[in-house]
Amino acid sequence: MSLLSFFNRRTSAPVARERLQILLAHERGIVGGKPDLVSQLREEILAVVRRHVMVEQDNVQVKMNRDSDISTLEIEIEIPAPAAAGA
Amino acid sequence: MAKVLVVTSGKGGVGKTTSSAALGAALAHGGEKVVVIDFDVGLRNLDLVMGAERRVVFDLINVVQGDAKLNQALIRDKRIENLSLLPASQTRDKDALTEEGVARVLDELRQKFDWIICDSPAGIERGATMAMRHADVAVVVTNPEVSSVRDSDRIIGLLDSKTELAEKGGRIEKHLLLTRYDPVRAERGEMLKVDDVLEILSIPLIGIIPESEEVLRASNVGSPVTLNNPGSAPGRAYFDAVRRLKGETVELTIPSDKKSLFGKLFGRRAA
Repeated sequence: MSLLSFFNRRTSAPVARERLQILLAHERGIVGGKPDLVSQLREEILAVVRRHVMVEQDNVQVKMNRDSDISTLEIEIEIPAPAAAGA
Repeated sequence: MAKVLVVTSGKGGVGKTTSSAALGAALAHGGEKVVVIDFDVGLRNLDLVMGAERRVVFDLINVVQGDAKLNQALIRDKRIENLSLLPASQTRDKDALTEEGVARVLDELRQKFDWIICDSPAGIERGATMAMRHADVAVVVTNPEVSSVRDSDRIIGLLDSKTELAEKGGRIEKHLLLTRYDPVRAERGEMLKVDDVLEILSIPLIGIIPESEEVLRASNVGSPVTLNNPGSAPGRAYFDAVRRLKGETVELTIPSDKKSLFGKLFGRRAA
């Protein structure tokens, strides 16, 4: 059991890295006085989706990963269950 | 031509004063004329770390306000004659630092020295902005830890907007100095890796200072680690950083106090 949990132990550094990337993408926009690309995209996507479905601000995740060869934009929108939406 | 270098970080306790003293001593050891200025008005410590706490008579504020001549306030290091210290005031407050006064003192120092190292206080208040204001080069000291990385990011933003060079449309040269790094913990996934911090902050790396007992040992006795134990892991790491500051290409390794394979296994090249 303890051996298994030793191997399965989730390391904390990747969590730190991801939290920082999300936080700084947001803060750079605030400090610079103009919203950065990621937070701007987030606002606009939220506005478009809200024309059709009501989603909470926190349920829209926009992540941008920059690599030397390829950059990816990851958008995750959590839509409420139909029952909840109809209520 | 003289270079004004600011050692800054935003967050406190990451190693600005240790690094200012170590870089200053290493530069001076290589024959450069160096002055290290303490900008932490009210909480000076560079004098203590450099072992000159009993020799402070006049300070930066006295010179800024014209109450003392620069030569009266400069303290020459007893071990390396081309290394000097300009201490901060312990009794005054930061508002006594005027922009014109600091500019005048720096201009005078430029005539006498090759390197002027400004040891910034923590925070983003007046002391910190004055320390970076007239800088040509910045060394951003960062620990591989979330709050330090966040604050460094903020400081990088200020370096790009609030310095004289930035306001004139220029770009201040910025370098990352990663301190208190533990390659074993980073490899285990318990600490942000060098590449993680570099990717987040996107400024070039000037050196990696490993976590080491030698740093405390040096400050205990009031000697920069590069003088107290130049052969120690942090000592060698600071000497390498100085060579890179001077424009040399030095292979990036993480020196180790112990005889281990780590330095070799995780040896990297400078970006």
